[in-house]
Parts: sequence; structure tokens; C-alpha cells
Amino acid sequence: MTQQTHLTSEAPDTSTAPAPADPRLLTTAASPRGWLQALKRNLRGGELGPLPVIVGLILIAVVFQSMNDRFLSPQNLSNLTVQIAAIGLMTTGVIMVLLLGEIDLSVGSVAGLSAGVLGVLAVRYGVNEWLAILIAVVAGLLVGLLHGVIFAKVGVPAFVVTLAGLLGWQGLHLFLMGQDGSINTSPNGPIALLTQTYFVPLVGWGVVAIALACYLVSVLAAEAKRRRAGLPCKKAPEVALRTLLLALPLAGGAWVLNQYKGVPLAFLIFVGFVVSLDLVLRKTRYGRMVYAVGGNAEAARRAGINVDLIRVSVFAIASALASLGGIMLVSRNFAASVSTGAGEELMMAIAAAVIGGTSLFGGRGNAYSALLGGLVLGAISSGLLLLQMDTSVRFMITAAVLLVAVILDAASRRGRKTHARGGA
Amino acid sequence: MSTPVLELSGISKTFGAVRALSEVDFHVAPGEVVALLGDNGAGKSTLVKVIAGAHAADSGGTISWEGEPVSIDSPSDAQRLGIATIYQDLALCDNLDIVANLFLGNEELHFPGTLDEVAMESRARELLDSLSVRIPSLRVPVASLSGGQRQIIAIARSLLGQPRVVMLDEPTAALGVAQTAQVLDLIERLRDQGLGVVLISHNMADVRAVADRAVVLRLGRNAGDFPIAETSYEEIVAAITGAADNPVTRRSERADTPAAATKDH
Repeated sequence: MTQQTHLTSEAPDTSTAPAPADPRLLTTAASPRGWLQALKRNLRGGELGPLPVIVGLILIAVVFQSMNDRFLSPQNLSNLTVQIAAIGLMTTGVIMVLLLGEIDLSVGSVAGLSAGVLGVLAVRYGVNEWLAILIAVVAGLLVGLLHGVIFAKVGVPAFVVTLAGLLGWQGLHLFLMGQDGSINTSPNGPIALLTQTYFVPLVGWGVVAIALACYLVSVLAAEAKRRRAGLPCKKAPEVALRTLLLALPLAGGAWVLNQYKGVPLAFLIFVGFVVSLDLVLRKTRYGRMVYAVGGNAEAARRAGINVDLIRVSVFAIASALASLGGIMLVSRNFAASVSTGAGEELMMAIAAAVIGGTSLFGGRGNAYSALLGGLVLGAISSGLLLLQMDTSVRFMITAAVLLVAVILDAASRRGRKTHARGGA
Repeated sequence: MSTPVLELSGISKTFGAVRALSEVDFHVAPGEVVALLGDNGAGKSTLVKVIAGAHAADSGGTISWEGEPVSIDSPSDAQRLGIATIYQDLALCDNLDIVANLFLGNEELHFPGTLDEVAMESRARELLDSLSVRIPSLRVPVASLSGGQRQIIAIARSLLGQPRVVMLDEPTAALGVAQTAQVLDLIERLRDQGLGVVLISHNMADVRAVADRAVVLRLGRNAGDFPIAETSYEEIVAAITGAADNPVTRRSERADTPAAATKDH
């Protein structure tokens, strides 16, 4: 590839031309060709971004649709979005921990424990369901605090702390459930409504419109501010392209979901958490600290960051999100049982994070991995269910997808190393 | 000479049965570059870590800051006083970009907790321009920078905290000729701004180029305090090795010209 340096970097409309761009810097021409070149450059450098996952999703959709034409039906896709919400919430927590370069093996058990707490409080003791939900989340938060303190302050490896958590909290969960093994929750209380609520089409379109407007306004404001400060900024066509690329899936999703019952509340909650987490990670000081600790804990410590506090807080948030996942599981099954969170949830939550593109080595990844990875795993299980395939096949296929994702991660790490973009 | 901004006296530090520092005195004045010299294991790094707050000194010695006795128990104590330390291993986060690294732990915010990226990037650009550093993009991960660029980023970062004393641990060890000159220029600029600079270096050429004074440690004790301009290279080496008869003098006698030995260093 002939990487020519485009010296026509400054558009004529910028009157307050900042210092001329460094001639060594490859600028991206504001044209489809320029964007394509930049994309190629990033791919070569190991910056794969969400591209492999999106390609994978399209591939999965094409394969399953060709085998069963109900796969892309609004009903199936709508169910899919509700199904991924519970494990997806757990995945967002796992992503926080993976960004630190650590692992949390207890998310499944913590989800189960919270499910148990919720069931026992709401049904056996007749506590108000909202209050019971709150207490269940706080229970998860406390569990995470305990994990975090033992890991950060005592220095026990996170793997061991959360392995103990995996066993211990499952034990407590079984103890809480007692002899029955299952507690049925009210089919029309707030708990059930979490996954049974669908919004009328107008709400779905409204959410899409507001999200797009917020995105466009914030990007335009940020770019205007950068231009005023004389910093390099994105040009209008690029902003338009990005908005369009965001609008397509959002509008398409709303349209498909509106064909069935409307946008499900559970999916909105999940996406809401993903977007909030993404904003926290990218735009706040706290998020910057999380990345710093994951990239180089010693450097973070020397920069005056309270590394222990960051670690404890991340484990607490991860467990609280796992609790939310457990509550979603209860909502979808109308019951808390001994098997809630005790099965494949942990594996799927971690697999989704990795498939979505969050590195196991810390410091690299983003919140959207939870959505993308969750969609991949959800699509696989939903498709195989339609084809009436066994769990055995699903596990094997999921394993293959996970392996491909990790191989891509390792390969892109190598790519980043040779292209000096940070091997972490 | 003006009063020292930082003065240590009678500082000792033991690690188990090893006495890394015993009764060491050290001071640095504003607008002064002090080279801290010594062979491997002489206690330079330990002294730097005591000043930086990474190790607490044993009781007995005193540390004064602008004449006032202070205690430095943690890195944040040192930072609060105005001591910035740039370690040999740089302590940059490879996964973060230049701006993020420059402001790490010290970010500019607008409303509570949110990063003001524009303000940070402009300030980073200004700062690097003032240091005559040309880096194509400030938004690349620092892993993509050369050794010299990384060193300059590390030094630049310490300047954001407006320190009074800057300690540099082997700042030119891994640098090319031009980049070494850049870093030395930078050190002179810091001195001209009235900062006290502590320079730890094995490179005598660098020391002679920028330092005003050389403090030599040997086996954890003070082994001399020389004004650079009036001291010969051999005298300093003798203090470092503890003998007038040392490999360097023998070599220079053989070679007749001291310059040859210096080059070979």
C-alpha cells in the first residue's frame, strides 16, 4: 500500500488555521477513499475495533436465516433482545473487571444469590418488590466490596478470591432457597414487568430520535470546541457518516422490534447500562483511572491514583451489575430457583465480553463489547433453538466462536506490537 | 548561594541487614542542577526514593523544605511539597494516549468528574511546543513513541504539577544523540525557570554539560560534593570508585589523552 501523505490537510473554511499538521502525520482525506484508507491502516495496525464482531453477526444471521426463515422474524429478534439482557448486564460488570486485567469468576453465583435474596424477600417475607430489588442489588454491591477489599488490600489474586466467591455465594444461595428449590414470583408485579413490558412504537422511535440527536449535538459541540481551540477536528462529512452509521442499526432495530410488540424494557435497561458505562469509561476521570490501572498499575499509583480504591470499586460495580442480571433472570422465569445463575451464565458472560472485543490482558476494550458479544451469543443460541439443536451443539459452537475471538485478540495484539500501538 | 529548597541531613535507610544509606547529607537550591553520582549499589536510587516518598527514611535524619522541617511518608507528600520524580522506567501507561498520560491523576475537568479533553489537549500542545517537542499526533498511544519521546513526555508530565524540584533518574540512558541534547536543553530550561534539578546519570559527559554540582555517594555514604566547573573528571571518578588508582585513571594513563577515556565511557 502506498501510504501517501496528504498535505491538503486543512480545509479552506478554517480561517484560524492552527499550526500546520506535522508532515509525518498521515491525514485522512474527508472522502470515502480517505476513510477506506484510514480503515485499512487501522486494520493493519491491529486496531480491529468492532469490525470482526459485526462481520460475525452478519455471518450468523445469513447462515441461520438460510436454514430457518423464522430466524430474522420480528418475534424471534424481539425475544432475542430480551434473552440477552440478563447475561448482558453481567457482561458489563465482567468488562469492568477485565479492563483492570483481572477476572471475576463469581458473577454467576452473585446473580444467583441476588435472585435468591429477591425471591425470599418478595415472596416469603412479602417485602415490597421494588424494595426487594433494591436490597438484592445492594447485597451484590456488598459482595463485590468484599471481593475487592480481599483482592486489593489483602493481595489475594482476584482469580482465587472470586473462585471462592463462586463456591461460597452459590452455597449461600442454596441455603437461602431452603428445601423448596424454587420460589415463584408474582406474574404481574414489578419484578415480572421488567421483562414483560414492551413500549408502543412511538416510544421506540422517540428513544432512537433522542439518542441520535444527543449523539449529533454532542459530537458537533465537541468538534466546534476543538476547532475554536485550534485542535485537529473531524470534518462535517465524517460526522455525518458516523451519525448515519449509528442511525442505521438504531432505526433498523426499532423498526424490527416495533413489528412485534415494541421495544422491550429489558433491552432498553441493558442498552442504557451499556451506554452509561461507556460514557463513564470514556468521559470521566473515574473511567480514565480504570484504564490507567489496567494498563500499568504502577504508573497509575505513581500518578497519585488510589489504585486500591479503583480496584475495590470496580469489583463492587461488577457484582452489583451481576445482581441486576440475576434479577432479570428471575423476572424472565417468574421464579428464583436453585439453578438461577448456577449454570452457563458465568461462562457466557465472560465469553460475551471477550467475543465483543474486550482484551483479557487489561486496559483495552469498551462497554459496547457487552452488547455485541451478547448479541453474538444470543443469536447463536436462538438460531440453534430454532433448528432444534441440542445444548451440546450450542456449547461447541460457542466455544469455537470464543476461540476465534481470543485468537483475533492475540493476533491484533501482535499487530499492535509490530505497529507500536501498545501491546497491552 | 541561595538557601536550599530541599535539604536532607543525616538520612539513613536500612533494608533488613543491609544499610543502603548511612548519614547522608544532600541539598539542592533553586536554579541549580545537582548531579547525584555513584557506582551501582552506592545508594543513589534509595536516596531518590526517600526524597520521592517511595521509601520512608529511618528515624534520625531530617528533611527540610525551604528551611522548614517536613516529613515525606508517601509519594503524595512529596508531590504536595513540589517534588517531581521521573523514574528510569518512565511509568507511562502504554494503552493511553499522550494527553491522557500527561494529565494522568491530574485531569482537567468541567462538571464534576467529566474530562475536559479539549482543555487538556490544548494545554498539552502548548506545553510540548514550549519544550520544542514535535510529536505528530497527541492522540496516539504512548506505546508508539520512541524512547526519547517517551522520556520527554514523562518529564513534561512532571512539569504540569509546577514542581520546585525535579528529580531525573537516568534521563538520557536510552537516547540518541539529538534526543539527549534535547533532554539536556530541557534540563537547562528547567534550571533557568528557577527549579532545583537533581540529575542521576552515569554519563559523565551529560553531567559535565549541565550540572552545577556533583554529589557523590559511595557504599551508602557521602563521598564528596564537587563544583563541576572546578573539578576534573578524574577527581570525580576517584570519588565514585573510592580510589585514585582505578580502572579509569589506569586507562587514561595508558591512553595518555583523557578525552579518549571519556569517549569510551
